[in-house]
Amino acid sequence: MFKIVSKESLNPTVSRMVIEAPEIAKKAQPGQFIILRVDEEGERIPLTIADYDASAGTVTIIYQIVGATTKLLDSKSEGEYIQDFVGPLGKPTETEGIKKVAVIGGGVGCAIALPVAKKLHELGAEVHSVVGFRNKDLVILSDEFTACSDKYLIMTDDGSIGEKGLVTDALRKLIESGEKYDEVIAIGPLIMMKFVCKLTKEFGIKTTVSMNPIMIDGTGMCGGCRLTVGGKVKFACVDGPDFDGHEVDFDEAMERGSMYKEFERHRYEDTCNLLNKAEAN
Amino acid sequence: MPNMSLKKNEMPHQAPEIRSRNFEEVALGYTAEQAIDEAKRCLNCKNRPCVSGCPVNIAIPDFIARVAEGDFEGAYEIITRQSSLPAVCGRVCPQESQCEKNCVRGIKGEPVAIGRLERFVADYHNANCTTLPVAPESNGKRVAVIGSGPSGLTCAGDLAKKGYKVTVFEALHVAGGVLVYGIPEFRLPKAIVAKEIETLKALGVEIKTNSVVGKLVSVDELFEQGFEAVFIGSGAGLPRFMGIEGENLKGVYSANEFLTRINLMKAYRDNSMTPIFHAKKVAVVGGGNVAMDAARSALRLGADEVYIVYRRGESELPARAEEVEHAKEEGVIFKLLTNPKRILKGENGFVCGMECVEMGLGEPDASGRRRPIEIEGSEFVLDVDCVIMAIGTSPNPLIKSTTEGLATEKWGGIIADESGLTSRENVYAGGDAVTGAATVILAMGAGKTAATAIDKKLSGK
Repeated sequence: MFKIVSKESLNPTVSRMVIEAPEIAKKAQPGQFIILRVDEEGERIPLTIADYDASAGTVTIIYQIVGATTKLLDSKSEGEYIQDFVGPLGKPTETEGIKKVAVIGGGVGCAIALPVAKKLHELGAEVHSVVGFRNKDLVILSDEFTACSDKYLIMTDDGSIGEKGLVTDALRKLIESGEKYDEVIAIGPLIMMKFVCKLTKEFGIKTTVSMNPIMIDGTGMCGGCRLTVGGKVKFACVDGPDFDGHEVDFDEAMERGSMYKEFERHRYEDTCNLLNKAEAN
Repeated sequence: MPNMSLKKNEMPHQAPEIRSRNFEEVALGYTAEQAIDEAKRCLNCKNRPCVSGCPVNIAIPDFIARVAEGDFEGAYEIITRQSSLPAVCGRVCPQESQCEKNCVRGIKGEPVAIGRLERFVADYHNANCTTLPVAPESNGKRVAVIGSGPSGLTCAGDLAKKGYKVTVFEALHVAGGVLVYGIPEFRLPKAIVAKEIETLKALGVEIKTNSVVGKLVSVDELFEQGFEAVFIGSGAGLPRFMGIEGENLKGVYSANEFLTRINLMKAYRDNSMTPIFHAKKVAVVGGGNVAMDAARSALRLGADEVYIVYRRGESELPARAEEVEHAKEEGVIFKLLTNPKRILKGENGFVCGMECVEMGLGEPDASGRRRPIEIEGSEFVLDVDCVIMAIGTSPNPLIKSTTEGLATEKWGGIIADESGLTSRENVYAGGDAVTGAATVILAMGAGKTAATAIDKKLSGK
C-alpha cells in the first residue's frame, strides 16, 4: 500500500498527488513512468512521473480525470492509500548535449514536460517552453514553467490567456524568427505531437515525443503498448516512452488508443454513479 | 496384487459443452478410491525409469506406494522433498513426455497416471491439512530471487528449507509469474497457486511485489544490500510478432496480453475494470500450450468460432497432448499446415479477416521437424474479427542491460552453466530467461539445480 501524502486540484479535471514511495523516488528520472492500481479490483494504468523527491521519499503524479480509474483515484484523499505503485518504468528522457531546447506541452501533458524542462534548465540549457490549453481555466503549472524557462508562451484555443492559437503556431513563429533549437521535446495529445513533428520535420529539427499507449505490465511482457516507429514494432514500456517523433506512426497510435472506447465510457459512467451513491449515503 | 488394468483410471472432467463456457477448472481430480486404484497399477520397478524422466527427480514409486496404502500425507511428504509446487505440477507438467513416457506399464497399455496421482496428493493435503510448515532456523545468509514464477519459487523454497533468508522480487502486483498471468484459471486455479505461495511464506520466504529489478534496484545493488547470491528467474520476456501487415490493428493481441487481461486482471468477469475485446471469431496463431490456452480462453469469453492456425502438422504441435485433446473436445477448430500472410483491416480499424496460405512439408530443418513450405496459389481468407499471436517470446532486456558483465546469447537469453551459474560470480539464472520459452517443470528443475549450487557455494561445502 502506498500513502497519499498530499493531493490538490490544479484545474477542474486535473489533480496532483504526492505519493510516498521512497525506493522509486531514489531512482526516478524525468521521462519515466509508474503503473498504479487504485484498489484490489483495480486496473493497472500508467502515469508519467511529474516530480520526485529522493530525500522526502515521494513521487508526484498529475492526472486528468478521463476514465473510471482516474475518477476512482481522484476519490481518494490525503492520508489514504492506493493499492499498488510500481516504477520507475521506461527509459529516462535523453538530455545530454542539448544546449537549446523547445519544450512543448499540451494540456495535462505539461505535467510530464515540466520535469524534462526543469532538468534541462538545471543542466544549463536554454529552455523555451510553449504550452497549450483550451482556455485559461485549464492552465496548470504556470509558475513552475516560468521558473525553469527562458521563454514561456501560453497558447489557448479561445485566447482567454496568452495568445489565441495552437502550440504549433507559436513554435513556427519562434523557429521563423531565427531561434535555433538542438531539439524539440513535445508531450501532449497524440494529435498535437503529430503536428509538432510535421512542423519540425519541415525545418529538420530533431524531435522527441513521449508516448502513453494502453499498457498492462509495463515491463515488456504483454506487448499491448506496441507502436510502429521507423517501420518497426517498438514497445513503449521498455523501448520508450520517448521516441524520435519523426519516426512514430501517430495515426496508428491514435487508432489503437481507441480500442476500448465504448467499454471505457461505460465504466466511467458506472464509476461516477457508484461514487455519487457513496457520497449520497 | 497390482491392478493389471491396461487403462488409466479416467479423471472426472466437466463436460466439454459446459466447460467451454466457464472459467472453472476442467479436470476435477480423482477421488480417494480412484487414486488408490490407480496407485495399485504401479509395479514399483527396481530401476525406476519414471524418476529419471522427472526434471526434479521425485521419488515417484515411493509416493505412489503410500497412495496405494491410503497414506496420502506420507505421499505428500515424499513429493515435497523434491517439489515445492506439487499441486501446480500435477496439473501442468507434460507427463506424457516425462515420467509417464518411461513407465513400464506404458509398454503394453497406458502408463500409470503419475500426474493425476501427484495432483490428487497435493489437493488432498491442501484440503485437509491446516497447519503450515515451520521455517527452519536461519543460517543468516540472504539470497535474492528475481521473479516469482516457477523457477524463482522453486529456488526460493529449496533455499528457505535449508535456512536461507530469501527475498523474492516480483514486478507485478501478485506473486506467481506465468502461473498467475499466463496459465488460465480453468487449467490451474489461482487459489492453488496462492496456497503454494502461502506455504513458501510460512517457510520464511519474503515476497516483494511491485519490484522491477533492473529499474527499482539493480543486481549490483542487491549485493550492496547484503544479499550473498542472486537467482534470476525473470521469465520468457517480450512477445514476438510475425512482422506481417495488419498486426497492429485493433483486435490483434499477443497471447501474453490476451491471457494477462483474462488471468491476472480478471477481464472475463462482468465487473472487471480491465477491458477485453469479446470477439465472435478468433484465430490463434501458434501450436504450443500458450496457443491452446488462448484459444480455449477465447471460447470461454463467448466466441462462436475459434481457430488454431499452425504452419506445421498435427504431430508437430508443441502443446501437451491433453491440451490439444481438450481444445478439440471444446470445439476449437485446427487449421494445420496453414500460415498467416496478412491481417485485413475492416471498419474503424478493427480486424475483419486474416489471409492465410496452405503449407506443405519439405525436408527436415535444423529442429529435425519437416520444414513447412507455402503452396503457391492456395491463399484464402479466414473470416475472423480477432487474431491472437502465440508464436513465442524474446528475452526481456531489463536485467541484461543493467547488469554489467552478465553474458547473454546472441538471441538475448542469459548464459548459465549446468549448475545455473552465469558469467557473474554468485549470480545464477534459470527458467525461460535462460532457455527461452519452455515448460513450468523445466523452469522448476532449473530453480532447484541453482538452489543446490547456491547452497554449495555459500555454505562452502
